[in-house]
Amino acid sequence: MSAAPTLPLGTWLRVFVRLFAVQGSYNYEVMIGNGIAFAAEPALRLLPGGRAGPAYQAALARHSRYFNAHPYLAALAVGALVRAELDGEDPVRIERFRTACCGPLGAAGDRLVWAGWLPFCSVLALLAFGLGLSATGVVALFVGTFNVGHVALRAWGLRAGYRDGLKVAAALGSPVLRQGPLHVARGVALIAGLALPLVLQRVRLGHSYSIGLELALAAGLAAALARWQGRIDGWRVGVLLLVGFFLYSVLR
Amino acid sequence: MNISVGTLTLLTMLGAAVGLDFVSFPQAMLSRPLVAATLAGALCGDVASGLLVGVLLECFALETMPFGASRYPEWGPASVAAGALASLSPDAASSGPHLVPIAVLAGLGCAFVGGQTLVWLRKFNLSVAGRYRDELVAGDSAAVVAVQWTGIIVDFGRAGAVTAIFVLALLPARDLLSSWLHGSTGPAAVGLTGAIAVGVAGGAIWKVVHTTKGYQWWLLAGLAGGTMLAAFR
Repeated sequence: MSAAPTLPLGTWLRVFVRLFAVQGSYNYEVMIGNGIAFAAEPALRLLPGGRAGPAYQAALARHSRYFNAHPYLAALAVGALVRAELDGEDPVRIERFRTACCGPLGAAGDRLVWAGWLPFCSVLALLAFGLGLSATGVVALFVGTFNVGHVALRAWGLRAGYRDGLKVAAALGSPVLRQGPLHVARGVALIAGLALPLVLQRVRLGHSYSIGLELALAAGLAAALARWQGRIDGWRVGVLLLVGFFLYSVLR
Repeated sequence: MNISVGTLTLLTMLGAAVGLDFVSFPQAMLSRPLVAATLAGALCGDVASGLLVGVLLECFALETMPFGASRYPEWGPASVAAGALASLSPDAASSGPHLVPIAVLAGLGCAFVGGQTLVWLRKFNLSVAGRYRDELVAGDSAAVVAVQWTGIIVDFGRAGAVTAIFVLALLPARDLLSSWLHGSTGPAAVGLTGAIAVGVAGGAIWKVVHTTKGYQWWLLAGLAGGTMLAAFR
């Protein structure tokens, strides 16, 4: 593959900013398809004939069809699709690529972000709360840490996708995507273990009841949810227990 | 009910912003309970209560990550409403720590009602895309932009409206319930809510990490360290 033609900085920035709104018209038919076309559109203006040209219109029509992937890793697909269009790839190959990359991008993103980075940042903030950090500190730590990873992932995706074009599958073998979730999951386990007893301690507001009872309830509930995962939801149990407690308090 | 038009407007705008953040733009996780409830508490003049409610709801939210196209609760507007419920002072006779569990319970309920409104939004987005079908097939950029902006603007309005309805509907209910519960049940209710939230978070974390090789040692090491820190503080 020849070297990628350089995208003007303004075009790159417009595509990058639009990627944050890739799910803006999410629906059950084309999923984020329209968002992909919306994000890629500034770069497609560089096609021969510009905005009035048939190449631009054909490309935009192609990319507003069904597409589904993790929203952050959609950047990888947008970068690759823009490169393919500017290279004048066969539309059949582009369609095939769009179909093939949905599953892997969705699975990799879910594993890395929803089951990795987000819980990691969340338990890190809970630990900060448990250690007595102020509200501003807890919120800034959470938002700052999460978005360093979030913005970096989108920027890397767009860059890698544009660099590799339809051969971007190699980027999915990146150590960040292959080994990252493993290390993040270990971090989640360690920090969650540290955080949860400290959270419980701070939440009690220093009242005089024994914390042992509360720790036992929390451990028992966690064990039950782990044992029957998929069959009971923690929030439903929480609602039932709280409603039961309120009824008891009112009626006694 | 004790809320000014100004405060309600600010809460509505906050709810709209965090509701938009959840899916449409920019997904910076401002919609997480930890952030949304704390900001609501700050707007209502009691950031500590907002943070406490946010932490407890965050524990529940760990269980419901937005995987794939699954249906999930919407935490942003619900957390704003819950943070406001815990932070806006009712009359002196019925204020107290028991407002926190009431706010958490309300937040849990609102999150699942809010999730249903997301389903309606997606159906609405589909109808908008249907109206522009011919233009989209022809590769009309104005249609692509119109469909995208309509979804974003309607999501903003939806989240704001949902937040305002939650706050206005739940404040009287909170005042009624808090007048029944005032007294010795307050601290115990907070402790119970904390135990339930931490238990749910523990179960959620286990689901996330249990397929990772050696996770149990990392978890046990953390629990040992956390318990010792809690004991000696």
